[in-house]
Amino acid sequence: MPAYSSDAERLIEVGHLAEVQGRSLWADARTRFVRNKAAMAGLFLLFVVAAFALFGQFIAQYERDTIDFTLIGANMRQGVPSIETGHYFGTDASGRDLFARVVQGTQISLMVGIIGALVAVIVGTLYGAIAGYAGGRTDDIMMRIVDVLMSIPFMFVLILMLVIFGRSIFMLFLGIGLISWLDMARIARGQTLTIKNKEFVEVAHATGVAPFKIILKHIVPNLLGIVIVYATLLVPNMIIFESFISFLGLGVQEPNTSLGALISEGASNMAYGVLWQLYFPLIFFVLTIFAFFFVGDGLRDALDPKDR
Amino acid sequence: MTFTRRHLMASTAALMVLSGTTAIAQSEVPADANLAADQTFTYRVGDESPSIDPGKVEDVDGSDVVRDLFEGLYNQDADGNLVPGVALDHTVSDDGLTYTFNLREDAMWSNGEPVTAGDFVYAWKRAASPELASPYSWFIELMSIENASAVIAGEMEPDALGVTAIDDTTLEVKLSTPLPYFPQMLTHGTTFPVLQSNVEEFGDAWTQPGNMVSNGAYVLTELVPGERTVRERNEMYWDNENTTIERVVKLVVPDENVALTRYLAGELDRTDVPAGQFPRLSEEYPEQAISVPEACSYYYMFNLRENGPEELKDERVRNALSLAVDRDIIVDAVLAGGQKPAYYFSHWATAGFEEPEIAAASMTQEERNARAVELLEEAGYGSDNPLTIDLVYNTNESHKSVAIAVSQMWKQTLGVETTLSNQEWQTFLDARGSGDFDVARGGWCADYNEASTFLDLMQSGSGYNDSKYVNEEVDQLLADAKTSETPNEQYTQVEQIIAEEMPIIPIYHYAAVDMLSDQIENWPVNNFEQNWYSKDLYKIESE
Amino acid sequence: MLSFILKRLAIAVPTLLILVVLSFVLMYAAPGGPFNSDRPLPPQVLANIEAKYGLDQPFWKQIVDYVTNVVFHFDFGPSFQYEDRTVNDVIAQGFPVTLTYGFWSFVLAVVVGVSLGVAAAIRQNSWLDYLAVGVSIGAQVLPNFVMAPILLLIFTLWLGWLPGGGWNGGQWQYLIMPVIALSTSYMASIARITRSSMLEVLNSNFIRTARAKGLPGGRVIRKHALKPAMLPVISYLGPAFVGMITGSVIIDIFFSTGGIGVYFVNSAFNRDYSVIMGITILVGALTILFNLAVDVIYAWIDPKIRY
Repeated sequence: MPAYSSDAERLIEVGHLAEVQGRSLWADARTRFVRNKAAMAGLFLLFVVAAFALFGQFIAQYERDTIDFTLIGANMRQGVPSIETGHYFGTDASGRDLFARVVQGTQISLMVGIIGALVAVIVGTLYGAIAGYAGGRTDDIMMRIVDVLMSIPFMFVLILMLVIFGRSIFMLFLGIGLISWLDMARIARGQTLTIKNKEFVEVAHATGVAPFKIILKHIVPNLLGIVIVYATLLVPNMIIFESFISFLGLGVQEPNTSLGALISEGASNMAYGVLWQLYFPLIFFVLTIFAFFFVGDGLRDALDPKDR
Repeated sequence: MTFTRRHLMASTAALMVLSGTTAIAQSEVPADANLAADQTFTYRVGDESPSIDPGKVEDVDGSDVVRDLFEGLYNQDADGNLVPGVALDHTVSDDGLTYTFNLREDAMWSNGEPVTAGDFVYAWKRAASPELASPYSWFIELMSIENASAVIAGEMEPDALGVTAIDDTTLEVKLSTPLPYFPQMLTHGTTFPVLQSNVEEFGDAWTQPGNMVSNGAYVLTELVPGERTVRERNEMYWDNENTTIERVVKLVVPDENVALTRYLAGELDRTDVPAGQFPRLSEEYPEQAISVPEACSYYYMFNLRENGPEELKDERVRNALSLAVDRDIIVDAVLAGGQKPAYYFSHWATAGFEEPEIAAASMTQEERNARAVELLEEAGYGSDNPLTIDLVYNTNESHKSVAIAVSQMWKQTLGVETTLSNQEWQTFLDARGSGDFDVARGGWCADYNEASTFLDLMQSGSGYNDSKYVNEEVDQLLADAKTSETPNEQYTQVEQIIAEEMPIIPIYHYAAVDMLSDQIENWPVNNFEQNWYSKDLYKIESE
Repeated sequence: MLSFILKRLAIAVPTLLILVVLSFVLMYAAPGGPFNSDRPLPPQVLANIEAKYGLDQPFWKQIVDYVTNVVFHFDFGPSFQYEDRTVNDVIAQGFPVTLTYGFWSFVLAVVVGVSLGVAAAIRQNSWLDYLAVGVSIGAQVLPNFVMAPILLLIFTLWLGWLPGGGWNGGQWQYLIMPVIALSTSYMASIARITRSSMLEVLNSNFIRTARAKGLPGGRVIRKHALKPAMLPVISYLGPAFVGMITGSVIIDIFFSTGGIGVYFVNSAFNRDYSVIMGITILVGALTILFNLAVDVIYAWIDPKIRY
């Protein structure tokens, strides 16, 4: 599974610089982002994929779970992608319309990616902000715990969790999110340390505002920028993660599907003359991940005040 | 990917009676056969076997290995009939309780020691002992050997087991009840001999290559768990000169599609055909793709427990759901591997079983669908009051395909909403055993080649009756069948009651679908229990 | 530095304990047990088996016994699923396999990834750069469960050059496809990280100064730029290592290599408690050691860090 640590390291650094240099940086960043061609292309792709996921079902000629029983065994010859039959992407191994299923798979994959990232962001930000704001021993202990958790092979734990609590989309969101909040916590803590000595925080503290309120009202909003950047980088990792889980057969329940599940099914039928079952979902998978990579990289570079 | 293991079918057949004559071993290689220079047989399995210790072996793949390494009292020929193994013949006492086996004198262990009756005594006591805690110790109990239950329960010492060595070549077995198919059970791995001095010398490590001493046609020469198991000709075997295959390699290939690729690349001589691929393969490789009946039935069970779903307590609903399942589509299109549609539970090819007449079997699918709609309406379900069902199955590509197809048949024909729930094996067993389902997948493989092995599941007291179906008439009929001269009459009646009350939906009867290299000859395609012996095979040059 | 290492090793102990307890609890919460099967075992047989494996003991005693055996005897107990073997056997047989192809994948990923990244950075915006970036992004997103069957079709079925699986003691023919399938996406990640950090370093003031002084390009890169540019790559090695261990599941499934990856998944499904525990502890310990090694190397390269 691709990088997050190095991204995390860099974001911690970037965050410090951003805070030191003040607000104008964010304005600069926007200009820089807009000028970044790859990032803009990524953004455009992202809109296309999102539109496909949201509105694709209106173009589809069939329901995602309806089986055409006349096609089921004759897939290789009659289930081919075709405009005439209305199966734009052909049919899957069970004789269902692949277009409708890719639409739905894209929805689920995006959802897993985004909600997984959201869980990581919420847990990680709060945890990091609390540790950073509290400082001292509390901070020490909390970050030690993060260090400890970092050495746990979470993929294995997630497999165990899915086995135990049964597969459900909720478990997937939770499990995938919980795997990746650790880096988020480190980033948030680093940022908090810088912010907490700012005047407005000290004023709030002096006027007797409760610490937790300070964290929510003053610290977290100031973390948002960097958190969003990290979240964008996290989404594709979550999607890749989900595909692995689907491959192991622990993904979402039929008739729901995800890009990972579709690809895994397509890959196992790869030698049997139904290659479209692999490449259509794969194209959307690759496009989605490309898009997030480009946008995430672009955002991070845009925030990085170092001239390059 | 599949993670389920096929479970073992004990080989017993009530209706076969051993002649007691010493037929000479089979496997004659024709004189004009163009034998290949390299007599290596390589085949694929999906998972490493839990054990290849005869006392503990519990799965089909493990048993295939054990049958090559060890030899029990009897073997099976290509048609599943008994032929002499270590025993030449036996006599039965008039009360049917005492079996006396006459063992051959030339049987030897791979270290040159003779195989004696004492080796069997040791092996059987070991298999039953709580100390070994074999998951297959119940097999000794199933064989009705005297005191078996008490030994397994730890209430008696293993020495109390009703098996004695009269002398080196005479083995006496005492049963607690007469069991006409007792000799047929002796081809099963649990009854194979092991060498006491060998097991005691190495302890748990005795099954490692180099340590293991065996008495079969082959010896274990290499075992890399999760990768390969190699067995090679045993020079000490009494019928060594009639063994043709020199070396048998079992490769663990978890993914069946990968296995097929490797088969086509010539790395394997035998592999399973992935679901749905049989038509294409049999067209391209007519000599190699084979499909033969396999002694298992596939069905969906309803949860009929007190606290189960109310809707399913209505016979009409159950019948409607069964009628709406288009079995022809499932066997011809979804699985497409020579399986047969099932309207009754027992496998059609079971020995001595006559097909019962079931009304639904002779209808067309249109008629069945129309009747299903009628029944469901009568029961009060329709578009204003749709029926919803949870269907539980275990993780496996073909179970998934069948469940998807059935749920759509119910939806398209009856407007029933089905929630599919795919659970991995252990979770699934737990849910099914505790009644946490509406409809669940079931598959049952015969323990022996007779219809009661299937139908006993419908007994209200059966531990395997996960539907919790209770019908006293069925119980009575099944009890009667045990002592009946013509048990088939009772079986037919039971099947008809099941077809009316529909506690389960029979869907199809299994077929074993394999790719087998056209160089391998003498494969026992007519052995309903799929018991094969490498020593009976031979390999010819490819053309 | 030494005290830092010792401190980290001291944390490793509670970490592993947490891991043991967590996995133990998770496993026991799971429905089903190691000895369930299609046909339920007679209660007496089941009782014999449970007594043999100590499963009839109270939960706390099982944990204590387990930890005692592991700590004092380095004995992970018998496998519940593979009755002829102990967990130590399973690991002793599977781990060297995983380690071998893992090691070569790691080496390949780092060597090729770094070279590709550096080359792309030096020739920024050339065709080489675009090619490297394009290929590496493509390789990064292609799931290895797609890559593996593609390799099999090409090299085993069509070309017939390589055996389609197995291990055979780790002969090179059997290593090639597993190593390619496992390393590609990490190779790609490393190439991307190297490229971007190399670009950053090349544009920094001290390199510009060095160049302005007329030092030859190759020397500047080798002597001055490479070391600082490696820092992000090094911090990526930790997650890459964990990812490769996870990826070994796929390698073992597709190439029948018999490593420990396949055991982890199978034993989770079969509720083979002792094997899951053994492998989880092994992987946990390795991760800790590896992360420590990465941190030490990082500190050694980065002059800013002092422990």
